[in-house]
Amino acid sequence: MSDTLAPAIRAEAIESLLIEKGLITAAAVDEVIERYNDRVGPLNGARVVARAWCDPAFRRALLADATAAVAPFAFEGGQTEKLVVVENTSKLHNVVVCTLCSCYPWAMLGLPPRWYKDPAYRSRIVREPRRVLEEFGVKLSADIEVRVWDSSAEVRYLVLPERPAGTDHASEDELAACVTRDAMIGVERLL
Amino acid sequence: MDGIHDLGGKQGFGAVIRENAEPVFHERWESRVFGMSRLGSGGAARTLDQSRHAIERIDPGAYLTHGYYGRWLGGLENLIVEAGVLDTATITRRAVELGASATDLIAARPSSNPDRIEYEPADPGHRRPLAALPRFGIGDRIRTSPHGVPGHTRLPAYARDRRGMIVSWHAGWVFPDTNAHGHGENPQHLYTVAFEGSELWGGDAEPGVVVHLDLFEPYLEPINE
Repeated sequence: MSDTLAPAIRAEAIESLLIEKGLITAAAVDEVIERYNDRVGPLNGARVVARAWCDPAFRRALLADATAAVAPFAFEGGQTEKLVVVENTSKLHNVVVCTLCSCYPWAMLGLPPRWYKDPAYRSRIVREPRRVLEEFGVKLSADIEVRVWDSSAEVRYLVLPERPAGTDHASEDELAACVTRDAMIGVERLL
Repeated sequence: MDGIHDLGGKQGFGAVIRENAEPVFHERWESRVFGMSRLGSGGAARTLDQSRHAIERIDPGAYLTHGYYGRWLGGLENLIVEAGVLDTATITRRAVELGASATDLIAARPSSNPDRIEYEPADPGHRRPLAALPRFGIGDRIRTSPHGVPGHTRLPAYARDRRGMIVSWHAGWVFPDTNAHGHGENPQHLYTVAFEGSELWGGDAEPGVVVHLDLFEPYLEPINE
């Protein structure tokens, strides 16, 4: 048995034993999975970003107190007990990580992609963010400051990307459709 | 603890590997582990801090090779065995019946003398009111603790004994260092601290980089300049 299959079998062993003990049900596990597969995802964050681009008062409120500003959306998913939104500008680029585990604003972005949780990203982005961002296709000139946010407590971070050029007449829904998960982590620019 | 989980600044992991159109879960078992953990690990998980520390204590080799949900699986099994819900031999016997090999690398490393968490959370979530005033204000210069601790902590090794500046204050939060071990919620003031890249990495630092960490007051000492 290879090590890549070992966790699969061990997980099955534990689940079957917990079910036999009456401590969980398969249906309850299914329900959790369904919720995160279907109802929690980066669309939530994209709606918030698009609103901020269209509504200056909302943008100000979001940057001042994101937890309160997104509360009316009533997003599911958790991990946003305190949300902080950090804004990219022509002179400033923000990028988010959790070096100690893989903290991530689930209710805004869904569950994180694999690369966000892998050792390469977690180890490197605090030490050589410009090089990592360049590998992601984000080339930053030397006069742009890079701010890395290592989520080491229960505060969760979301990047407010710069609004792409040539979108002055786009609707809020059209704008939301062009906001990517990676832009809200800070490893992509939408310009 | 100086565990494998504390990855910030480690070198040698190579390029960040991305994939297009990534599914939420790659394998069925990953979703089952996620579901079981979210349901409280069969009653064995009492706090998020305890669950995080259970992952930090898994086999370091498995931490790097079994992926994110492999880490969760190791943490889940640590908690289940330590709480006495199941024992390792029973789980292994069932795994072998299902096709596992007795020589498979098992991520879990349950403690023979586990912490007992005997209290319920004072409130939902992790914010807590604090009577004590914050020791630091915005703009204050601080130095972080120079040493690690044997158990759970949220001060990464790369930011020990470093000078930074307070840029935000988040009021009182449950203190992971005690809460993970059943030693109380012990709320502490939480701050966002900014560190210059050169303070963290010396001459190797890239220019124009500031790293921010959310750090609890006991990790910080004032700098009197």
